[in-house]
Amino acid sequence: MAGWEEVFYGLVKAVELIFSGDPDVVQITILSLRVSGLATLIGGALGIPLGALVALRTFRGKTLVVSVINTLMGLPPVLVGLVYYILLSSTGPLGFLRLLYTPEAMILAQLTMVLPIAAGVTISSVSTIDPKLREVAVSLGANPLQETAILLWEARVGLLTALVVGFGAAISEVGAIMIVGGNLLGYTRALTTAIVLLTNQGEFVEAIALGIILLALAFLVNAILTLIQMRSRSSLFAQTYTREPQFKR
Amino acid sequence: MSLLEVVNVYKLFVGREVLKNICLDVRRGEILSVIGPSGAGKTTLLKLMNLLLYPDRGKIFFDGVDTEVDEKRRRVLRREMGMVFQHPALFDTTVFNNVALGLMIRGFPKKEIEKRVEDALNYVGLKGFAKRKASSLSAGEAQRVSLARALVLEPKLLLLDEPTANLDPANVLQIEETVRRVNSEKGVTVVIATHNLLQAKRLSDRVAFLWMGELVEVGESKEVFENPKSERTALYLSGKVVY
Repeated sequence: MAGWEEVFYGLVKAVELIFSGDPDVVQITILSLRVSGLATLIGGALGIPLGALVALRTFRGKTLVVSVINTLMGLPPVLVGLVYYILLSSTGPLGFLRLLYTPEAMILAQLTMVLPIAAGVTISSVSTIDPKLREVAVSLGANPLQETAILLWEARVGLLTALVVGFGAAISEVGAIMIVGGNLLGYTRALTTAIVLLTNQGEFVEAIALGIILLALAFLVNAILTLIQMRSRSSLFAQTYTREPQFKR
Repeated sequence: MSLLEVVNVYKLFVGREVLKNICLDVRRGEILSVIGPSGAGKTTLLKLMNLLLYPDRGKIFFDGVDTEVDEKRRRVLRREMGMVFQHPALFDTTVFNNVALGLMIRGFPKKEIEKRVEDALNYVGLKGFAKRKASSLSAGEAQRVSLARALVLEPKLLLLDEPTANLDPANVLQIEETVRRVNSEKGVTVVIATHNLLQAKRLSDRVAFLWMGELVEVGESKEVFENPKSERTALYLSGKVVY
């Protein structure tokens, strides 16, 4: 049974592991960062424009679409893992891709969870922008693309929040990547799946040590994003807008 | 010759006519005040002039061009106008970025943007404000930034929708002075919607009186204020119309 003693030794072990540069821990940490980082980037690249589109356009069924996105924000990771397992297994419809038990499958699974989070947080951020600003942008002569860019810039703090929340969900997730990754040492073992394995083996000190590394990693990435968030409030945005050719009357 | 012509324009919102059969021309180089009580349709008329709205019936011509064209063409025409809204609606960034936005949209080179923004801020009495955050400005300063944002585009037509509502007298005077200078020094045609009759009297060459979506009277400022043709105008000017 794990107790405070294990937590203390876990802390000591974490420091030891970080400074010793244990190759397994380094490899696991890099894989976690790579999988969750790419899932967040791709999820953000798809989810933010999708959220902006939903927030800025008026169409029939918008409430339903927003409700679906909000529901998907709480997708259970094990369910995502199970669906991808069925799809990617050798007898499944996507079995020919041979992605099961690869880091790519892990990225795909986490991306599926990050995308609705990015879209949902974007919808909520863009929807809170003063509608008068949109009118001002149009009045200043912005084309639809420029108008969207201006409004996304105005919602930039919220968009970075979307990435922060998405990354947080991805890096801490275990169910999906355990199912589709298989927790193979040196190939698909991430920090969270390693913690599950060590806990099952009763190696609490090592599990807590990896937990602390995971927490430190999440803190580091969030601190960087928060710093960008704060700086972006005062930075210039000259490059945000695409140029439009001048039309002759 | 008219810079802008509004011909038999109707505008409906949720089945209700907010503007009825409006015929109005804006002459080049003049300051035209659109006066009337709240809810008369002044803002809607200015948004139609800025091509932000489409009329339900009737036509609007800008610089001799029919504005009932595709959105791309309307944008080209809109880019020759500047509009200041009742609420400054500044973006959450610096004063410089707010004023520069229209120029960035048009793809102006960086050097020219910097020069024009500096000139525009000087023009509205905000020299040295470029690096300030928009959120740190007073209401009067914010409205002057909003005015600079329109002036920096060197528009042919400047549309001002209640630009001094809720501002202190010093800022009102500053904005009025700027509008007068823009009109006399740069020849910019100005349409100002206001329910401040004294302001309309101080600024305008001509006055148009809107009441419940109808254009009741249009004429030379002196004429309308001293000898209104319509009884409704006379009532409004004497303060007997409740609004």
